[in-house]
Amino acid sequence: MSHSTVPRPRSEAKTPERAPGASDDATGTGPGGDKRTGRRTGGRRGGRTGSRTGKGAGKLSLRLRFRRDRTLILMTLPAVLLILVFNYIPILGNVVAFQDYDPYLSENGFVAIFQSPWVGVEQFERIFADSAFWHAVQNTFVLFFLQLVLFFPIPILLALLINSIVRPRIRAVAQAIMYLPHFFSWVLVVTVFMQIFGGAGVIAQTLRQHGYDGFDLMTNPEIFKYLVTVEMIWKDAGWGIIVFLAALSSVSNDLYEAAAMDGAGRWRRMWHITLPALRPVIALLLVLRVGDALTVGFEQLLLQRQAVGVDASDVLDTYVWWNGIRNQDFSYAAAAGLVKGVVGLALVLTANKVAHLMGEQGVYKK
Amino acid sequence: MSALADATARAAESADRRPTAPKPGRWAAPPRPVWEEEPAKAGLAGKGIALGFACFAILFPLWIVIVTSLQTKKTIDEAGGLVVVPEGITLIAYKELLSGGQVQTAALVSVGVTVVGTVFSMTVSVLCAYGLSRVGSLGHRWILMTLLATMFFGAGLIPTYLLVQALGLMDTYLALILPSAVSVFNILVLRAFFMGISPELIDSARIDGAGDLRILWQIVMPLSRAVLAVIALFYAVGYWSAWFNASIYLTDQDMMPLQNVMIQLVQKQERPVGLSAQINTGQLSPLAVQMAVMVMALLPVAVLSPFVQKHFKKGMLTGAVKG
Repeated sequence: MSHSTVPRPRSEAKTPERAPGASDDATGTGPGGDKRTGRRTGGRRGGRTGSRTGKGAGKLSLRLRFRRDRTLILMTLPAVLLILVFNYIPILGNVVAFQDYDPYLSENGFVAIFQSPWVGVEQFERIFADSAFWHAVQNTFVLFFLQLVLFFPIPILLALLINSIVRPRIRAVAQAIMYLPHFFSWVLVVTVFMQIFGGAGVIAQTLRQHGYDGFDLMTNPEIFKYLVTVEMIWKDAGWGIIVFLAALSSVSNDLYEAAAMDGAGRWRRMWHITLPALRPVIALLLVLRVGDALTVGFEQLLLQRQAVGVDASDVLDTYVWWNGIRNQDFSYAAAAGLVKGVVGLALVLTANKVAHLMGEQGVYKK
Repeated sequence: MSALADATARAAESADRRPTAPKPGRWAAPPRPVWEEEPAKAGLAGKGIALGFACFAILFPLWIVIVTSLQTKKTIDEAGGLVVVPEGITLIAYKELLSGGQVQTAALVSVGVTVVGTVFSMTVSVLCAYGLSRVGSLGHRWILMTLLATMFFGAGLIPTYLLVQALGLMDTYLALILPSAVSVFNILVLRAFFMGISPELIDSARIDGAGDLRILWQIVMPLSRAVLAVIALFYAVGYWSAWFNASIYLTDQDMMPLQNVMIQLVQKQERPVGLSAQINTGQLSPLAVQMAVMVMALLPVAVLSPFVQKHFKKGMLTGAVKG
């Protein structure tokens, strides 16, 4: 866009690995090249031409580069430290899955790890022999499937609906309302449902007051999986439309006009222009959702675990919580968490691979 | 003199902007492109119904909660519980809850954790995002990879719990803040936004002798108010909504934040400590008390998020371009 007007500042420092042209340095960082919707990644990777690396950045010695960048490195330090402590060190803590960890061996729980006996894969054998574990796996997949079928399409439909509204005010108000529940905590969402539909909720109470039978949707294991899905739709379907709206707003009006000239009606335009515009986003989100299949909602299920019973509500995450935090069977729970983590990681990586094969960006770049 | 000139210029400008006719209405439809056909009545009606239903499904439960919290015991009992049309507003439930006692303490704890946590998270994240936004600096790629990797695997609940325990954070408010203080996703959104700021601007500031901190504070941050607002909201909502960390890291009931107290009051049908007297003498409906706690939990979020709403799309889009 701007590489023709901006005389490519400092670009001789590094030759972009990519083909010169639209995605060269100026696209990402040039003054006019700030394309809000365009992919900037090309410019970023090829263009190590930020203000830091001027001419001949590669020639600077490590020491000079450090002296030049020490403020920047210092700035990242607090965040990096927090991530190292709370995300990386616990990874090492997963060794308790191969132990018979006993927190009382030492004053400090982490020191106790070094004193606990190793038991190899015994914990894993226990897990795979436990029917409750397989029950949690089953529940996880049932919920995942329901979310895929019932939850996934709704944001797309809502986005099409919102996109078809031409009055800006109505549009803004509708969007504000739909985004709202996303910001409520799960405690609040579950509590609202309980107060409205629960056995002691206002509807059941009012029915009873007027001589009808009350009902209790919150403690019924049969419908629990649908209840969770509905709660999820209430909370997050509105938020999910953002990414689709973004995709729709980048569709050029010329396409619609040309189609209309060719005699395409409202529905044909939707079918041949609007939906194809959404297709990459839908495919990408679908792939990523499948990659995240083992995570079907933790807080939401934990909050309703007691009301509806373990059989109906236990998924992998809550299973780990129950055995570890509640029953203090740390090694067993860590092993279960490790199984979930490893399978989950494999799924995420596979999903990203598929996303890349489709020519999408995925969570990380190739 | 110049102030006067400014004022006149401003007055003239605002006079220009003032429409001569009454506004065509901000609710009115903008002109249609010539090629687009007029919508059919049935289609319009269908759209209206669908949209109305979606909004109703979201707002109706909230309406019930808010209305019930404002009713006296008498009205609630007469209606049998479901009050749709309010009859006389009373703030008795809120007065009782905020006159000291468990709920008031919990609300203060929640506000404190949210404010301190958000300030801390924002400071750390903005600094880190700026540090990473100057592409090509030493170690930039390595640090980025370190952060990105955490988006793929978590350490797991049990090791994290053991770590927090080992660090001696149990039963401290730090346990509610530190473990989830930085979100890599938020850092990436900020970073992407910072990178969109013209490097020429930053270079010229550097030539004028500004250091990195000064550039961040006086140039980058004022230019990124929109995304800063969005990210601050995300962090604040995160802290305000959190209950799980408190439930596993805190044992002292008096330290519990609002969400945890709400679980006890509503889901386990307990009564707030110190309020039993009013409830037992029949002045206060337990239902109204529960609903009032829920309103206290939803109010800050419901009030704040619409203000930031117009920036969401941009923020999310910037975040979608990662790497």
